[in-house]
Amino acid sequence: MINDSKSINNPKMKNSLKMKNSIKVKNINCKKCSCGLCCTKIKDFGVTIGKTEILKDINLHIHCGDLTAIIGANGAGKSTLLKALLGGIPHSGNITFVDGNKKLARKLKMGYVPQKLDFDYSSPVSVLDIFSATLNTRPVWFSISKDARKKALESLSLVDGEYLIDKRLGVLSGGELQRVLLALALQPIPDILLLDEPVSGIDQNGLKLFYKTVSNLRKNYDLSIILVSHDLHLVSQYADRIAFINNKTIECCGTAEEVFSNEKVIDVFGVDWNKVMVNENEKDDE
Amino acid sequence: MSLWYNLVDFLLPFEWAHYVFMKNALLGVLLVTPMFGLLGTMVVNNKMAFFADALGHSALTGIAIGVILGITNPIWSMLAFSLMLAVVIIKVKNVNTSSTDTIIGVFASTAVALGVVILSFRGGFTKYSVYLIGDLLSISKIDLLILPIIFIIVIFIWSIAFNKLLLVSVNQLLARSRGINVDFYEYLFTITVAVIVTISIQWVGVLIISSMLVLPAAAARNISSNIRQYHVYSVAIALISGVAGLILSYFLGSASGATMVLIASMFFGITFFMKLKLYS
Repeated sequence: MINDSKSINNPKMKNSLKMKNSIKVKNINCKKCSCGLCCTKIKDFGVTIGKTEILKDINLHIHCGDLTAIIGANGAGKSTLLKALLGGIPHSGNITFVDGNKKLARKLKMGYVPQKLDFDYSSPVSVLDIFSATLNTRPVWFSISKDARKKALESLSLVDGEYLIDKRLGVLSGGELQRVLLALALQPIPDILLLDEPVSGIDQNGLKLFYKTVSNLRKNYDLSIILVSHDLHLVSQYADRIAFINNKTIECCGTAEEVFSNEKVIDVFGVDWNKVMVNENEKDDE
Repeated sequence: MSLWYNLVDFLLPFEWAHYVFMKNALLGVLLVTPMFGLLGTMVVNNKMAFFADALGHSALTGIAIGVILGITNPIWSMLAFSLMLAVVIIKVKNVNTSSTDTIIGVFASTAVALGVVILSFRGGFTKYSVYLIGDLLSISKIDLLILPIIFIIVIFIWSIAFNKLLLVSVNQLLARSRGINVDFYEYLFTITVAVIVTISIQWVGVLIISSMLVLPAAAARNISSNIRQYHVYSVAIALISGVAGLILSYFLGSASGATMVLIASMFFGITFFMKLKLYS
């Protein structure tokens, strides 16, 4: 096992790892994807829990390589939408996925990066344990195969997190945990990646690093990404499209400029983000 | 069985190991405590200590129902009742978002009260008080034939389902995104715990059954940094406290279950200070 980690530090090995990754990229027909041939369609999506209608008439069209951010006030139903997409709560409407060859999809492979973990953070569960539990059927308490360790390191290298592999989940900082969960969602590379941004616990630098990683991955793998976010600033920098959820549905969808100049959006967030951005750009210029 | 008796005579030429009831109890301990060690790891991870306690206490109602129905061996009515309670608690928990602790508390106290009322009807509670503290020495030959089967089943479940259980406990939606049937594994685990707790009650006792489940794992997590260590320490602590508790209770003439729990809590104290030293 020590040999393994040494060989990863060896630059030659690193290159060969990258090579492997690029081969994978070819396998998922990336070139076809990037011209928008493969896409995920969310159609007439709605969620009703008990007698309360939470979401209705959600229609979204997500192309490969697009980062779609979902914004909205607290309690607007952003996280509920993610939950429903993952099948955690029943919903109406449907999701279809069409791949590059216009074939109506095989089952959609979803990657999910949760906002937080459900369990006790002081548990002795290491990063490697989680990877091994996801990738292997061999029980983690019995032993962990070298193969699982290699795969985990491979995934972690995508998020610059190789050094985290033997740490306990509980001792990771918010940003580190987020990157580990991202790496986990990328093994295997999904068709669509759902990100639930944490409300608190990550410092600004951590968030920036996280977004940078996501942004790079999107380019390299042509991932479709849906991001639930609370940070309008980062959203305006990184999202291709923004969907604004209000009154149970998507009230406005488009580029950052379009959405942020929408009156309802200004009303909910209390700021005209276009102006803020312009001001900041001027500051940067100075 | 005679093989086991000969083995004990050969390996443990002590006075206490001379009696058949001690040999039986020793075998029982060697089979039951590792299961507690294994399942305990996940019980503690999922913060289900209180749930285990509730299951143990509800056994009283199970016994009471058995008495009403005139069943000679109350184990079946206990099993049926605790399984029902486990399923109901999960159902209510999943529907209702309010605190799980409160829900479990409501069910547990109702079950205990109902059991005590029925059993103490016309003042006959004392003959059931054996269930409160348990009697490991009462372990029978039939029990010793059933236990290995349960032992193998638990190891089997733990081998094929553990990875999935771990993901479910880390984050349910994450597990779902991996195509794991979250509900199935939640029920599987809870039911397994319910079965082990219920069949062990006659030997360990209602009052301390949950400590047997929680203490070894709680002690182990103080000093482990991954799942493998967690399991090894937890099972080892459970086994050592089990055997040591049995032997000590022989010499003290105390209740064996409670003696085991005391030793396990000593382990918790030791590992707790080890942890303070490790991280300071």
